[in-house]
Order: sequence, then structure tokens, then C-alpha cells
Amino acid sequence: MTNLLDIENLRVRFPTRQGHFDAVRGISFSLGRERLGIVGESGSGKSMTGRAILKLIRKPGEVTADRMQMGKTDLRTASDRQMRKIRGRHASMIMQDPKFSLNPVMSVGQQITEALTTHERISRLDARKRAIQMLDAVAIRDPERVMGLYPHEVSGGMGQRIMIAMMLIPDPEILIADEPTSALDVSVQLSVLEIMDRLVTDRGMGLIFISHDLNLVSQFCDRILIMYAGRIVEVCQAGKLHEAQHPYTIGLLNSVPDLQHPRPRLDVLKRDPAWSAAPSVSALT
Amino acid sequence: MSAIDLSDLTVWFGHGAERSDAVKSASFSVDTGESFGLVGESGSGKSTVLRAISGLIDSWAGTMQLDGKPLGRRRERSFYKAVQMVFQDPYASLHPRHTVDRVLGEVLKLHGFSDIDARIDKLLDDVGLGKGFRFRYPHQLSGGQRQRVAIARALAPEPRIVLLDEPTSALDVSVQAEILNLLSDLRAERGLTYLMVSHDLGVIGHMCERIAVMQQGRIVELLDVAQMRKLSAEHPYTRHLLDSSVRAVRQA
Ligand SMILES: Nc1ncnc2c1ncn2[C@@H]1O[C@H](COP(=O)(O)OP(=O)(O)OP(=O)(O)O)[C@@H](O)[C@H]1O
Ligand SMILES: Nc1ncnc2c1ncn2[C@@H]1O[C@H](COP(=O)(O)OP(=O)(O)OP(=O)(O)O)[C@@H](O)[C@H]1O
Ligand SMILES: [Mg+2]
Ligand SMILES: [Mg+2]
Repeated sequence: MTNLLDIENLRVRFPTRQGHFDAVRGISFSLGRERLGIVGESGSGKSMTGRAILKLIRKPGEVTADRMQMGKTDLRTASDRQMRKIRGRHASMIMQDPKFSLNPVMSVGQQITEALTTHERISRLDARKRAIQMLDAVAIRDPERVMGLYPHEVSGGMGQRIMIAMMLIPDPEILIADEPTSALDVSVQLSVLEIMDRLVTDRGMGLIFISHDLNLVSQFCDRILIMYAGRIVEVCQAGKLHEAQHPYTIGLLNSVPDLQHPRPRLDVLKRDPAWSAAPSVSALT
Repeated sequence: MSAIDLSDLTVWFGHGAERSDAVKSASFSVDTGESFGLVGESGSGKSTVLRAISGLIDSWAGTMQLDGKPLGRRRERSFYKAVQMVFQDPYASLHPRHTVDRVLGEVLKLHGFSDIDARIDKLLDDVGLGKGFRFRYPHQLSGGQRQRVAIARALAPEPRIVLLDEPTSALDVSVQAEILNLLSDLRAERGLTYLMVSHDLGVIGHMCERIAVMQQGRIVELLDVAQMRKLSAEHPYTRHLLDSSVRAVRQA
């Protein structure tokens, strides 16, 4: 089976006052028709990895790689025009901050129907119906009312689901979801995960699922990359996350508060300089 | 005494036929020094309750008391010295063209502090960012780093009451643990009162003594954490919530 995505030696670098800062330091991985989880502490380079794939790193940030292959396209040499086409049809990204990515001066309904009419030949009325169905599918109560609201008028979790609904419109082959359920309560989270799950199992989509919820990722994904300081420190089968070997991964697992097992104080990570010095682990398949 | 006392609080948006009630007759009180959790469905009105207390929404009825004194329509500066809020949405709450230094410096100046430099460094240390972040702009920070700046800003005036709206949902578990430990320490040292929204019951169970459960604008149940751990809830929605989160952890 061919991969949807092959990335080798990806680097993302930003100039700063104190010289260069390497947000992603030479990581390699591939994505098949699977649910690939990316976890890791804040600032470890998860979002920058996702954005780099779609060439969404803003100047003065720089992206380099030995290989960035999406199907037949070499992403490294793809033009802006090609990238726009790819982002519209083949790959979408659900940004970490949904409200930031929605247009603040357009109502929710206008935005979804516009996305629909640019992607397919569909009448306004049908687009409206579809939009309402999509909001309903992501478990939004009272979708008719929500259609008329502006982004600042929806709750955190509603904004997140509106973004998800919009990103699914083009029926992408690759979906990069950056913390897509972090603002959702467990029951709504389940409905959203079900939707993504169906896209992977029924339509063979490849999903990159960025999250800091370790329990969720280990249940939902197939494979997990654990990132630290811009590198991959460990790769594991999702179901085996709890058998992880790397002290960093173990540290992350131990800092999760658990309702059933209260502790007076949560464990925090004691970072070892050796973790960031070690070479990145390859997650190519 | 209660630090926060809400009785029959209704909050709505829109007028006339367009009106929709986001919070419906909510009542609960939070003792001084207590940490109180607000949980419930997405869109059930949790943020709206916090925003109404903060004076960000005008259309409300009922009574809200702070330290026994009723709150009116306007909030004085002294209110914001005592009460600070950490917003759910760290992007929208940080000015895109202000550096971290400026964000924190302005709050400190506004509240009459003089040793601003030292305080900024201390605040950045407290939230685990360190001085290196002092001159960054929001777009140069990761999601979790922005949230920590928002938390530092709320702690800057040394408030007595902190309203926390999903303070750690953008944070990875290790930073979350650091922030939760910091919040616990501050509460122990300064006797702070927290009203905290989170959909993570592990976090709520760790931080809070009592919780209110919201669904569709109403408070459907009040319970303490011991009841929560024993999963002994009355209301079907609370039971559903507890069940699904325990299941989520067990399956792992
Ligand atoms: N424009 C920029 N200039 C300088 N540094 C940047 C810039 N954008 C991001 N960074 C840095 O790159 C690193 C990686 O950021 P990234 O957003 O990928 O983190 P993340 O793993 O997604 O974290 P989080 O879980 O907090 O969202 C961070 O340390 C961040 O401060
Ligand atoms: N400015 C506004 N104008 C109109 N409706 C609003 C406004 N702000 C909030 N609402 C509505 O009020 C309801 C409650 O929103 P709120 O943000 O309090 O939910 P929440 O419980 O915090 O949800 P979440 O967990 O998703 O953040 C939602 O239906 C929302 O659409
Ligand atoms: Mg991120
Ligand atoms: Mg909210």
C-alpha cells in the first residue's frame, strides 16, 4: 500500500532576537490510511509540523526537508497555486484555534454555505440544508439558530465543531486535526471522533491527530509519534502507549490527573538535556 | 462567607423574538477560599456565567454578590483588582501587536505596582515560560505558551478570586500539571477562591471541592467531589458525563 505522505528530515526554523530557533529539527514520518497521533509537550513543534505539510508556515519562518511527498506531488517545489488547490481538495487542516480561523464578519451559515458552493455545483437552498445537516452531525444543538450567529457569539466548543464541519466539506484525503476536541465535553467529543473515524475506515482518509490528551490518543489512533523539542523521541502503537519506554513519555503519562485516583500533587516532568540531544526517531513506514 | 453568590441568574442574548436565554435561573455560591468547578455540555452557558460575573454582559437578571455585596451593571477598577478571569480563548484575549512584556507591564501599571520589571520576570517564571519569552508577540508562541501568558496576566494584579475558563485545555499534560500545582500553591498561600470551568473531570476532581453541572442553560445538579468519585449522581446527564469519562480512562 502506498503512503499518502512521506516526510524526511523536516525542519522548521525561525529567526529570533537570540539567533535562530529550530521549532522542528529533522523529523521523518509517513502517513498511510491511518490515524496517526502526535503528542508532546507545549512548544514541542506539533502544530508547526502540521502547518509545514500544508506550507502554512508564515515568513520569516523557513521549512526545509529532504523529501516531502504527497501522492505524486513534491510539496517542496509545489507553487502557491498548486498548494491552494491541494489545500482545497486533497488536504485540510483544522487549526488549533478555531475562532481565529473563522471569518469574524461572516455568520456561521454564510461561511459554511460559501465553502459548499465553491466546492460543488449546488443551489443556495440545498447548500443551506446541507450546512444545517453538517452542524447537526457534529452534535450542535439548534443548528438553525447557530447558522445565524457570528463567530464571537458561539461557545468555545461550538466554534471548534463549526471548523470541523467546514474542513470536512471538500472530503479531503488527508486531514490534519490540531487539538480538534480540546474544548469539547466527553459526549460531544465522542460524536466528533466517530465522524473522523468513519472517514478513515470508510473512505480511506489519512488523519494526523494532534492532541495532548494521551488517553484519547491511545484509544483513538493507530500509531503515535511522541515529540520533544522539535524531534520525535518515540514511536509506538497507540494501544501500547502505556507500555512506552522513553522517560519523557512515561513522565507525560504520570502527570495526567485521574478522577478515581486523587493525588495531593501532580507529578511534573524533570527534563533531561539528553532527550533533546538524541537523534530523532524515524516514523517512516 | 461566600466569595461569590449567584441567585436566580438569567443571562440572555438578543431582543424580543430573537432573545435566547444562555443561562436560566442559575443559583450557587462559592465559599471564600474554595475551589468550585463548573462542568457541563458544550454550549450550556458555562462561559456565559463567568463573563456575566466579570461584567462583560449587560443583559442579565437575578442577583450576583461578591463578598456579600451585590454587583450592579458596572464594574469598578477595584473589582478587577479582586477578581480576574482567564478566558477560554487565549488568542482572542491577547492583543496581536503587543509583546508579552507590554501585556503584563500594562496590567501591572494599571493596578499601581512599581517593581514592574521584577514582577514580569517572576510571573513568567511562575507559569513556566521564563524570561526568554518576554519580548515575543502572540503569533510567535505556541497555543499552550499563549495560554500561560493569559494566566500570568490574570495573576498579575494578585486577585483574591480567579475565574478560570478551561485554563488548561490548550495545555499538554506536563504543563497542565505545572499550572495546576501553581494554582494549588497560590490558593494555599493566599487563600484564593477559584471558580473553574473544565470539561476534564480529572482536572476538576483534582482541583475542586464541589461542582455544579450545567445543561442547556440550567444547573441540573450540585455535588461534591467525593460524590463525583463514587459516581453517585442523581441527574441522568451528570451520570452520563461521569460514566463516559470513567469509561474513557478505563479503555486506555
Ligand atoms: N513565528 C515564530 N517565531 C519564533 N518562534 C516561533 C514562532 N512560531 C512558533 N514558534 C515556536 O516554535 C515552537 C513550536 O511551536 P508549535 O506551535 O509547533 O508548538 P506545539 O507543539 O503545537 O505546542 P502547543 O501544544 O502549545 O500548541 C514553540 O516553542 C514556539 O514558541
Ligand atoms: N454574544 C453572543 N450572542 C449570542 N449568543 C451567544 C453569545 N455568546 C454566547 N452565546 C450563546 O450562549 C450559549 C452558551 O454559550 P457559552 O459560551 O456560555 O457555552 P459554554 O458552556 O461555555 O460552552 P463550551 O464548553 O463550548 O465553551 C451558546 O448557545 C452560545 O451560542
Ligand atoms: Mg500547537
Ligand atoms: Mg465556554
